[in-house]
Amino acid sequence: MDFPLLINAIIAGLLIGGFYAAVTAGISISFGMLDIVNIAHPAFIILGSYIAYIVNIKLGIDPIIVSIIMLPAFYLLGDVIYRVYYQSFEKRGAESLRGLAFFFGVLFVTEVVLILTFGVDYRYVEAPYIGPALSFSFVDLPLRILVPFIVSLVLFGALQLLVSRTFTGRAIMAVSQDQLALRLMAVDPIRIKRIAFGCSIATAAVAGALLIIIQPVEPSVGREYIGRVFAICVLGGLGSLPGTLIAALLIGVVESITSTFYGPSWAPAVSFGFLLLTLAFRPSGLLGR
Amino acid sequence: MSALLQVRGISKRFGGFVALDGINLDVQPGERLGLIGPNGSGKSTLVNCICGTLQNEVGTVHFDGQAMDGLAAHQRTHRGLSRSFQLPRPFASLSLADNLKIPMFYTVHKRSGTPLHADNIDARCAELLRLVGLAAKAHHRPRDLTQVEMRKLELARAMAAEPKLLIADEAMAGLSQSEISEILALLKRLNESGITIILIEHIMSAVMSFSQRLVVLVTGKKIADGKPEAVVRDPEVVRAYIGE
Amino acid sequence: MRTPLFALCALAVAALVFFALRLIGNEYYFVAGYTIVQYIVLATAWNILGGYTGYVNFGSAAFFAVGAYSSVALITFANSIDDLLPESVAPLAHSIFPLPLGVMVVIGGLVSGVVGYGMGYLTLRLRGAFFAIATLALAVVLQTLVVNWDFVGGSSGAYVIRPDSVPLVGSYVQYLFILMLLMAVVAVTIARTIEHSKLGYGFAAIRDDELAAEASGVPTLQLKLIATALSGALMGMAGAPFPYFIGFLQPQSAFGLEYAVNSIAMPMIGGTMSWVGPLIGAILLGTVQQVANVTISSAVNLLIVGLLLIGFVIVAPNGIVGLVQDWTRARRKP
Repeated sequence: MDFPLLINAIIAGLLIGGFYAAVTAGISISFGMLDIVNIAHPAFIILGSYIAYIVNIKLGIDPIIVSIIMLPAFYLLGDVIYRVYYQSFEKRGAESLRGLAFFFGVLFVTEVVLILTFGVDYRYVEAPYIGPALSFSFVDLPLRILVPFIVSLVLFGALQLLVSRTFTGRAIMAVSQDQLALRLMAVDPIRIKRIAFGCSIATAAVAGALLIIIQPVEPSVGREYIGRVFAICVLGGLGSLPGTLIAALLIGVVESITSTFYGPSWAPAVSFGFLLLTLAFRPSGLLGR
Repeated sequence: MSALLQVRGISKRFGGFVALDGINLDVQPGERLGLIGPNGSGKSTLVNCICGTLQNEVGTVHFDGQAMDGLAAHQRTHRGLSRSFQLPRPFASLSLADNLKIPMFYTVHKRSGTPLHADNIDARCAELLRLVGLAAKAHHRPRDLTQVEMRKLELARAMAAEPKLLIADEAMAGLSQSEISEILALLKRLNESGITIILIEHIMSAVMSFSQRLVVLVTGKKIADGKPEAVVRDPEVVRAYIGE
Repeated sequence: MRTPLFALCALAVAALVFFALRLIGNEYYFVAGYTIVQYIVLATAWNILGGYTGYVNFGSAAFFAVGAYSSVALITFANSIDDLLPESVAPLAHSIFPLPLGVMVVIGGLVSGVVGYGMGYLTLRLRGAFFAIATLALAVVLQTLVVNWDFVGGSSGAYVIRPDSVPLVGSYVQYLFILMLLMAVVAVTIARTIEHSKLGYGFAAIRDDELAAEASGVPTLQLKLIATALSGALMGMAGAPFPYFIGFLQPQSAFGLEYAVNSIAMPMIGGTMSWVGPLIGAILLGTVQQVANVTISSAVNLLIVGLLLIGFVIVAPNGIVGLVQDWTRARRKP
């Protein structure tokens, strides 16, 4: 057993896992708390990546800064999409089939529009921390993964604070459990859900920027993440932010070890394996409600 | 005579909330049992556990001498347990007649061994709809029904499964006095033909006139079980129910 | 109309279509026609699980590709008998392989059916949403497996030599077209038979309210598994001849995005409540796409499909069939 290789694989896995947590945070909110199966979420992340790419190439602004500037726009996008979703499906009590098909259509259209606009070539951004790495004896910490890891933790921390300390945040947790009680408190659950969904899409802006820092992006990359994201969400327990973080780190590490020792082409199978196993044996996840 | 339904020590939690706490219940064959309790006391949860819609972690259910634990809801229905849902759950894309065909195809048909003829099935559906007063709307969809009519459909569908034990969960909410009498008469006739009935209701007059025995559930615990006249005078029942 | 009569009528229509194209004489129409008829099978298969039972399959490409790759595996095996098997067994193997395409179709269907059953077994006990997500992930994983499996060509792809001609019919493409027509007849007949049967009622009950269905005695898990296996099998059958059709099979083609979106869009736009919907959806959308592929780019073509899907899902949830029904119902009212 090549220990330095193993240690590096584990560390890389933890760093990537942190990033996965940021990617999954949005789904934790929309699927875990609001019960909306937004499979188009990865498409919004890729959209965020491309926006970061364009601004970075044209104006040279750091992608993370771009994403923060884009937060309100993405929030608005989420708000609009939820309105459409609510009017067309939730309000009518329609079967989840149509809601799913709707989001699938959105996922699909977003990907095709990106293909038409940018083509299928891989795109990447330029930033001072892409390239160099910190080294401690045999441990390598590439900055292009370390910086997103740190940002992810900050994002996650912010979300956790939002959910546990602010009234709106706690209302979001409440709306997933008891809408009637919320109404009795004169809080409109639909408005809370809209805010939550807006936040969910807003996280995609940041996740997208981080993604394109870590790896070059092309439109179909989003689809790789669908399985991963839902696997993490389910494994961590729907609606549990801490659970999502732990699950993300776990999957990151296992993927990294698989990739290092068995080849990177097997990595996508890892999250699916996890998903299937979790669904089959412990559907409530590690820290499920 | 051993009990048709034996419930022992059923407990059910939802996260930290204890919905049912050690419920014991016996129902004799042919009995008319009334089950009452304030909203949220666990009545529907108990029904769900008995019928397999929910799995209880603790406790056992025996029906007709067989253990029900681990059996899926459809298997329990095959063995003769049937229930109507408190909030009606019709099959929205099917006509009323077709709604009733589902339990006929999948429970009665399965049980009898001899396949039912199409004409036979149509006749039974028509008869059941007539009994609950929905014959005129046999070919309508559930969306054309009023709330009250949907409850009647719920009851008819539960009856279509030709059960040994029928649990009617708030089937009479919102009905007029004459409609209540109609449904009570129907349930009594069913009972006379041998079907054991558990009636869950808030309408005290109906419960009192129908039940041979009355059980009271409050916050997940059974606090009374006996003759109706005695139970309603039980100070604990008065305090819990009227104090609500 | 009783099933055997319907099947005969469907065969008659299929024969009509075939001979009409023969009369036109342009080989291109057979190629385009093959794709459209293939979509009839895929859309009908999807609808058995998605429309009748209410469980959405986002990974249709996976089942299609399983069928395609089981054929590739069988073909490659036939070509490598002398390398793989000991001399004692080789002659026997040579007499059996290469298998006729019809047999490969059946095998492709069986393998896909088993995959569908297996995946269903693991995920159908839970909500429909989890099943849908699992199908998405399945597509990615199967693609990964295929890419890593050199026996079927891996990521570089596999060449499949198409026979020059077939006795009686002549051109091989026309032979493939006939095969696909037959599959379409089978798929549509199965769908229609289910719709009017006890099984169809069970599916509808599950779609409308699974909890109530269970309480009424419907063995929901069992029925869902039947639907998943059947749907997967039909898709696998549609995929089995694909390597011969395309000549050079790469994972990207077999697992292509167009299969996933079309399998969903065609039934949803056509109408999910009956066997007619997927048929209409496949013919309409399929034809539009064949035209668009030639006149505009294939990416724009997919964009249109995606937008139509979103539009129909919001505005006309019961598809074209639903619109027609509403229209006739409105006209009937005084």
